[in-house]
Amino acid sequence: MKHAVSANDSFVEFAGVQKSYDGETLVVKDLSLRIRRGEFLTMLGPSGSGKTTTLMMLAGFETPTSGDIMLDGARIDALPPEKRNIGMVFQNYALFPHMSVAQNVGYPLKVRGRPKAEIADRVAKALDMVHLGSFAARMPGQLSGGQQQRVALARALVFEPKLVLMDEPLGALDKQLREHMQMEIRHLHERLGITVVYVTHDQSEALTMSDRVAVFNAGIIQQVAPPSELYEYPANSFVAQFIGENNRLPGRIEAANGALCSVVLANGDVVTATLTEAAGVGENCLLSIRPERVQIAPAGGSLDNHFEAVIAETIYLGDHVRVRCVLDGGAEMVVKVGNVEDRPVLAVGSRIPLAWRAQDCRALDAA
Amino acid sequence: MAVAALPGEAGPAGDRTSLKTKLRRAERVNRLRSFSLVAPLLLFVLAVFALPIGLMLLRAVENTEVRETMPRTIDALDAWDGRETPGEEVFAAFATDLVQTQKDRTTALVGKRINYEVPGARSRFLKAGRLVDAGGGGPWKEKFLASDAEWGSVEFWAIMKRAGQTLTPYYLLTSVDLRQDAGGAVTTNFADQSIFIDIFIRTLSISLVVTLATLVLGYPVAHLLAILPPRHANVLMILVLLPFTTSILVRTTAWIVLLQSNGVLNDILLALHLTTERVQLIFNRFGTVLAMTHIQLPFTILPIYSVMKSIPPSHLRAARSLGAGPLTAFVSVYVPQTLPGVGAGCLLTFILSLGYYITPALVGGPQDQMVSYFVALYTNREMNWGQASALGGILLMITLVLYAVFNRVVGIDKVKLG
Repeated sequence: MKHAVSANDSFVEFAGVQKSYDGETLVVKDLSLRIRRGEFLTMLGPSGSGKTTTLMMLAGFETPTSGDIMLDGARIDALPPEKRNIGMVFQNYALFPHMSVAQNVGYPLKVRGRPKAEIADRVAKALDMVHLGSFAARMPGQLSGGQQQRVALARALVFEPKLVLMDEPLGALDKQLREHMQMEIRHLHERLGITVVYVTHDQSEALTMSDRVAVFNAGIIQQVAPPSELYEYPANSFVAQFIGENNRLPGRIEAANGALCSVVLANGDVVTATLTEAAGVGENCLLSIRPERVQIAPAGGSLDNHFEAVIAETIYLGDHVRVRCVLDGGAEMVVKVGNVEDRPVLAVGSRIPLAWRAQDCRALDAA
Repeated sequence: MAVAALPGEAGPAGDRTSLKTKLRRAERVNRLRSFSLVAPLLLFVLAVFALPIGLMLLRAVENTEVRETMPRTIDALDAWDGRETPGEEVFAAFATDLVQTQKDRTTALVGKRINYEVPGARSRFLKAGRLVDAGGGGPWKEKFLASDAEWGSVEFWAIMKRAGQTLTPYYLLTSVDLRQDAGGAVTTNFADQSIFIDIFIRTLSISLVVTLATLVLGYPVAHLLAILPPRHANVLMILVLLPFTTSILVRTTAWIVLLQSNGVLNDILLALHLTTERVQLIFNRFGTVLAMTHIQLPFTILPIYSVMKSIPPSHLRAARSLGAGPLTAFVSVYVPQTLPGVGAGCLLTFILSLGYYITPALVGGPQDQMVSYFVALYTNREMNWGQASALGGILLMITLVLYAVFNRVVGIDKVKLG
């Protein structure tokens, strides 16, 4: 009974998947991941972290060295790409330059032997869906990057696949267009109810679009979690470093006290921090504090940690001011101060009191 | 507003014209600079390539031998109506000219030129030369007619008159198996001289077969080159380019060693009992096409390879992910994108094949000689440069027409050669 429920729950499942190209090093090390039906899952990681290889194994262009990949309850390891019925959007769109927009979008239907009238009908609908209804007769070369991206999207969706894979589809677009397309893809996903597996190395893109993000590094999934959890509760220092900005203070965990622990810094200062699974008592650790969670507040307040620092540099960024401080112990810390009316005077060289809560300070592995 | 009042800053209209002039001036300097960069090569090509070829091509219609060596005869023939044997004044002029040509030793030259159109004319001219050398005066008409009745032929004098014109369609017509009859009308050439249409068809068909053979053999190699990892692709590329390091003559001769009746290939065939007697593999069409295909392969492969290299591998993957099987994806997505390269490679090989000379001469039989062979024959052995130029000119025309057709169909700008 439990098996049936889990099969229903996870639409795509990687079970102990490994991939090696040269028989010596593993590009993907023991990957286990379940993707739910209708979910927007992003694989995020630096280049060479194994995320694209994982996507290619799912698409059928690479075969796992070991392990199983299940799609909708069935093993797909032996299925060639064309039999998997998975839509895919490529990094550089991969539109066929010798075919018109309509022919490109109609291609998956044509190779499936659909009647001409049906193809024309569904192509028109798919192009309308991406707001390119009037571009059917154009050649891909005559379109802008954003329009080509939309055609690629329509082509990957026109045959109504249950699963759509996207391999850094917005990488070639400029910032503004990219943000616009992120929302458009997000809305399409919500409207069509398809499962999307998205690969990117852009963390803000991952946070914007995904239901859940799988952070890859060195062939291992570091953490799979919804964007807010990923940012608020990074599982290890790699995730903390990769997603957003963070201040890192090296230290040693002296003692644990329930969910909290006390960490001794190099200069003997003690910080109260949140204990995580990444580091245990007696171990070296790296404290991770988000810059916007550090407050400028005098000692004696309700916050758990209080330190004095000297302002080394301020950068005015419109909505906030970035303040680079040096703690008394010599460690650097970046503080984001909201650009509000009663913001304190921030003169370089002046001393300011810093404070933060134990919940916002996570004791992670010292890697 | 102080800015607008600055000197040299006219209103919008004035601004625009001065901008245009400035732009033109700037562009002129650039154009001069780029021209001066190509000028040395351009002048070199013009001087040693375009000009000589142009002059050679002129020889296809140039016809000054008779006019220069027998000016009096040609002048006298101007007045002749062409209905019956010319009168004494023509024969007298002819005799005077012959005295001069005997002195200049050019009688044989004129005789040879007339001989192209009137078989046997050369020996008659030489005989006539001896006749005038013998001395004695006229009347020349009777003397000539007495020595050879053919001097009375109206047709001969008509051809003589026509041969006196400085331009002639004779060589070009002969090259396509046509001739002018005595009246000047164009008709089919005599059967024993109608060989050139066959030769052109043979040239085109050998080139076509060679082109198709290189395409069939080269396309998979080009594909392999394009998809192999760089380390292996480099080795394969060296193998493809290896033939370029050996001269055509050596490679062609090597084929003789391989293919001759007592050659390596026949030995192997016999040893394997695939044949019971030695097979004629060379000095025929098979040997010619084989050797030419071998030499032309890199020319077909390289343009195809360079186009294939530019096709992103994601295109085939995209086609597969969209539901096309490997073969469908290859045929419907990959092959169409390689067509400009296929066109360029085939055009290159076809055009180069049209001009083959050494290879068919060495490994072909008499029935496999192509146009170039006859160009060489007329240039070196027959000393008939007019005919050689006419054949060469027609071959050049065919090439240009093919090029134009290709440009129209594929678009030469889409072709990348490297």
